[in-house]
Amino acid sequence: MHAIIKMIGQRLALGLLTLLVVSAIIFGAVELLPGDLAQEILGQGATPETVAQLREDLGLDRPAYIRYFEWLGGITTLDLGTSLANEREISELLGTRLYNTLFLAAISAVMAVPLAIGLGLLAALYRNSIFDRAINIVTLSTISTPEFFVAYILVLWMAVITGWFPAISNISPDTAFWDHVYRSFLPALTLTLVVTAHMMRMTRAAIINLLNSPFIEMATLKGVAKRDIIVKHALPNAWAPIINVVVLNLAYLIVGVVVVEVVFVYPGMGQLLVDSVSKRDFPVVQACSLIFAVTYILLNLTADILSILTNPRLLHPR
Amino acid sequence: MSEQTTTDEAGRERGQKGDVLVEMRDLRISVRQEDADDFEIVHGVDVTLRRGEVLGLIGESGAGKSTIGLAAMAYTRGGCYISGGSVNFDGIDMLNASDEQLRQLRGRRIAYVAQSAAANFNPAHRLIDQFTESPILHGFSNKSDAETDAKQLFGRLRLPDPDNIGYRYPHQVSGGQLQRAMTAMAMSCRPDLIIFDEPTTALDVTTQIEVLAAIRDIVDQFNTAAIYVTHDLAVVAQMADHIMVLRHGKLVEEGDTREMLAGPKEEYTRQLLSVRSFAKEGEKETGGEEPLLRVKNVSASYGTTPVLFGVNFDVYREQTVAVVGESGSGKSTTARVITGLLPPSEGSIEFAGETLPPDFRQRDKSQLRKAQMIYQMADTALNPRQKIREIIGRPLSFYLGMSGKQREDRTRELLNMIEMDPDTYIDRYPTELSGGQKQRICIARALAAEPELIICDEVTSALDQLVAEEILKLLDRLQKELHLAYMFITHDLATVRAIADHVVVMLKGKVDDQGAKDGMFQPPHTPYTDLLLSSVPEMDPDWLDDLLAERARLRAEGKLAESADN
Repeated sequence: MHAIIKMIGQRLALGLLTLLVVSAIIFGAVELLPGDLAQEILGQGATPETVAQLREDLGLDRPAYIRYFEWLGGITTLDLGTSLANEREISELLGTRLYNTLFLAAISAVMAVPLAIGLGLLAALYRNSIFDRAINIVTLSTISTPEFFVAYILVLWMAVITGWFPAISNISPDTAFWDHVYRSFLPALTLTLVVTAHMMRMTRAAIINLLNSPFIEMATLKGVAKRDIIVKHALPNAWAPIINVVVLNLAYLIVGVVVVEVVFVYPGMGQLLVDSVSKRDFPVVQACSLIFAVTYILLNLTADILSILTNPRLLHPR
Repeated sequence: MSEQTTTDEAGRERGQKGDVLVEMRDLRISVRQEDADDFEIVHGVDVTLRRGEVLGLIGESGAGKSTIGLAAMAYTRGGCYISGGSVNFDGIDMLNASDEQLRQLRGRRIAYVAQSAAANFNPAHRLIDQFTESPILHGFSNKSDAETDAKQLFGRLRLPDPDNIGYRYPHQVSGGQLQRAMTAMAMSCRPDLIIFDEPTTALDVTTQIEVLAAIRDIVDQFNTAAIYVTHDLAVVAQMADHIMVLRHGKLVEEGDTREMLAGPKEEYTRQLLSVRSFAKEGEKETGGEEPLLRVKNVSASYGTTPVLFGVNFDVYREQTVAVVGESGSGKSTTARVITGLLPPSEGSIEFAGETLPPDFRQRDKSQLRKAQMIYQMADTALNPRQKIREIIGRPLSFYLGMSGKQREDRTRELLNMIEMDPDTYIDRYPTELSGGQKQRICIARALAAEPELIICDEVTSALDQLVAEEILKLLDRLQKELHLAYMFITHDLATVRAIADHVVVMLKGKVDDQGAKDGMFQPPHTPYTDLLLSSVPEMDPDWLDDLLAERARLRAEGKLAESADN
């Protein structure tokens, strides 16, 4: 157990280092974006003097590296700064958005992960059968279709034609829980269709890969039924690759939702990011990007820890 | 189940000893091929096994012995299928039984013990959970009864700490212990038949004894019938009542164990019996000259784990030094230190009086050239994408700067030296060769560098005995012609007897004993050498009984050395 805590500590430290590098990259990339915020706020008719004045007021006239370290200093005290566009605290701006995005990701994950693993197991059990092929074709088609297209098809069918679900996710902070679920269903379903194929195929491949192992033959010769061989003998040894793919997809559910949120006008981080980019609201863009980076790093850390917890060789050393 | 019955300790009905339990008639097994006709690998074999009887199936690899053993469970490995004949188990037509019927029989009435217990235990589950799986699954007993039974059987199989060992995972238990745990697992439902598929082949001789004794005890106690598959006639002599000798999927000879050992009828059986008769002529001992290789007080560790402790020995020109010991005793690690793959933490390697740099990267070409290595697994030691011409040609270019016709001529000369026709083989890939041929190519590659010392790491362990003997003869001839010195790492004492001049016995990273071969095989020995020597199976069917009686006596007197595995 001690070794695991040490490992987690090391990974966390490494994660922080990665974050530092990422923060520099984010800041640099945002600096490179064309256009000027002061000009953008004041519009075409502004005189050079007023623009210069506003730049000074916003601190944009100072060298980039100073602003970077100020920003970094702010982050360490959880002060993400203020929005340049509307002068609100970014943390306040992000709060509900982040919650909404995580909520959507959670609903999608609850649908997609069990579905993908279940289908993967079934596909491995009935491998090369019609069922296996059908599942492969369906999931591959959904992953090959652009997600906005999937989204519009779902809107057309489940909102416009049947009217089962709302086409637009009209969510405010005082929306009740189940109402929130109901209104998030279509974007969640879109995301599910997009991420299922990858996880399902990995599950299937990881299981089939193990089916030639001697211990699987042993289980067969002990009279274990095929279904139990897959669930009890193959799956416990296949967790590591499956977990890694699941986590990669969970990360996608959080950071890759931009298009889906825009299609459904879902008030999450993706929407905020897109709006902020068009408004040249750099501090918000930076904060969003940083949160996405943190998400990736934390999820990968989780994957590493889970891989160890599911591997008796690492969990119970000799 | 049979009409005439006795009951065993579990209150279950059992047939009488001597009733026919398994009957296979004209058994044929084929391999499915994608773009050719199916290929028959077992050509009409008849097997009859009675209750309480142990049948030994012996032969070299490719003889079909494991395949026939598994056919008794109506099971075939990937790509194979039973293409003809019949398999009858206690009145059940196995080939026409449903999947569900077979599933009910497997594990319950017929159980299987595999060669590599390490690979056949599921790494994700505790041993005891794997033990109890069958009894619970087949409704033979409940979880707590099965666990109690597991602990009892672990004890009977002389596993250490039987009450707790089951709660370990497979990787936490040694190979010999796992093999016994697997035998216990096979007994978990008190089956009528157990198929033992080379259960001791992967074990050290000292561990093998324990497993053999345990298997025999348990088979006797429960009057279980067994099919014992092995390539080792000396092992089968201890275990089987009845022996079938197989070759290329056909029966060569069949008979009572003692009768067959006393008077084999077929030439092939005689060959198998006389295997290990090779012995090199003369014996080279030290003559006061300077040693070619001196391993001087070498200690080494993997990371922070020390594995070698002050190892000392010399190898003289034209001499064969055999380094013997159990797995994990540090034999191969010593070779890694000599070749510079693992720099020692203490001590040094001297070659012809010159101290070699500890790391191979600091050695120059001529230092590297003079010591070459041949490995156990010729398969993995040869690049499957290179033709023989490139495999042997590369050291010629690298060490000796040869190219063009000179290199081609030398490659052909080397192939002739290892008795392989250059015209036939020079453009082949390693996958197109047999195991013995691949090992010959490895030898040729080592010779290409014109070395003075060749380190042979278990070079014959993966080969069938007859093939292994040919390789030993070849190495012996090459030694005389080219004045080579060999450091021969092996766990097989028969090999040592055949080729060694000098023997180094290693135990737990130290040299336990060393000396000239003749002296080493004569008492007095160190206790461990004694244990090692007495553990080598002999053809005599009474050998195991006598040995166990002797050991019990010694153990009572507290004079028995323990093997490293327990």
